[in-house]
Amino acid sequence: MNLSDEQIERYSRHILLPELGSAGQEKLLAGRVLLIGAGGLGSPAGMYLAAAGVGTIGVIDSDVVDLSNLQRQIAHATPDLNRPKVESAAETFKAMNPDVNVRTYHARIMADNALDIINDYDFVVDGADNFPTKFLVADACHFADVAYSHAGILRFQGQTMTVVPNESACYRCVFNSPPPPNAVPSCSQAGVLGALAGVVGCLQATEAIKSILGTGDLLTNRLLMYDALKLNFRTVSISRQSKCPLCGENPIITEVVDAEEAVCDLAAGR
Amino acid sequence: MTITINAEATEIPDDTSVTELLKLHEVKMPEMVSIELNGEILERDKYESTQLSNGDSVELLYFMGGGAIGI
Repeated sequence: MNLSDEQIERYSRHILLPELGSAGQEKLLAGRVLLIGAGGLGSPAGMYLAAAGVGTIGVIDSDVVDLSNLQRQIAHATPDLNRPKVESAAETFKAMNPDVNVRTYHARIMADNALDIINDYDFVVDGADNFPTKFLVADACHFADVAYSHAGILRFQGQTMTVVPNESACYRCVFNSPPPPNAVPSCSQAGVLGALAGVVGCLQATEAIKSILGTGDLLTNRLLMYDALKLNFRTVSISRQSKCPLCGENPIITEVVDAEEAVCDLAAGR
Repeated sequence: MTITINAEATEIPDDTSVTELLKLHEVKMPEMVSIELNGEILERDKYESTQLSNGDSVELLYFMGGGAIGI
C-alpha cells in the first residue's frame, strides 16, 4: 500500500513519530478493530481510531440514541435521537475520515454471532454496558484468539486491562464469572461522569493502535484503575490464574455460551 | 495489625478473615468485587476461611460495566 499525498498530509503527525512512520500508518490503514458498543467508551475510542486511519472499524450495538446518552456518548449528537447508534456512529466516523470503512451490526453480540463477527478483526474494544456481554466477549475473543481491551466506568472511577489470549491474564482470571443479577444495582443508582468515559475510551483506542503497530507495551497482566475525583491512576499486577475457568489448566468454559442477563429496571437510564 | 488495602496502609484487628474485612471496609456488594491477596486472585469460596496476616496486601477489584449504564 502506498500512501497518497493527501494521506501523507492527513497522517503527518503520526508519520513524524519514529515508532510509527509511514510503515506504521500503513499498518493502521490495514488494521481492523471491532467496537462492542457505540456508547460512552465506544464513541471516543471509535472517533480516535477513525481519525487515526484504522482502515476497518466494526461497530456492534442494538440500541438507539437516547437523550440521556448525549452527556457522554460523543459520537452521537442531538439530531441523532432515536436513530440506531451504529448508524449515527458510522456517520460520525466516516465524516471524520473517509479512508475508514465502517461496518455496522445493529444487533446484540450473542453466542450465535460472536465468533463469526470477531474472527474478522485484529482487536476488540469492549465497551459493553452489561456483564453477560463482557464475559461473552472475553470468552469469544479467547476462542477466536483475538486481543481485546476490557474497560468499565462507574461514577468517577474507571478501569481497563488488555488481554492477549493464551499469553496474558484474561478477564475471567480477575473476575471469574458474572455477578448474580440481583447484586447489580439498578441503573438509577449508578451515574457516571461523561468526561471519564472519554479518558478510558481513549486508553482503549491507544491499546488498539499499539496492538496493530506491535509497538510499546500493552496493558497486559495489569489492571489500570483511574479515580477521576482524586486524579489518580494506579495499576495492579494481575497474573494468569491456573484455576481460571477460561484459560486455566482445566478450563470449564469450552465454547461461547450466552449468560443470563442482569435485568436493568430502568430502561430510560440506558 | 497493618495491611495494605488498595495501596493504602490500614489498621485492622488481628485474626480478621477476608469476609470480615469486606464488612469492615463497608463493601456493600461483595458479589461486585474480586479480591487479590498478595498478588493472587482469591477464590470466592475461600474468603471465609482465609485469615489475613500483618503486612498482607489486598486489592479490591470492583466489577465495572461499560459506557452506557455504568454497572
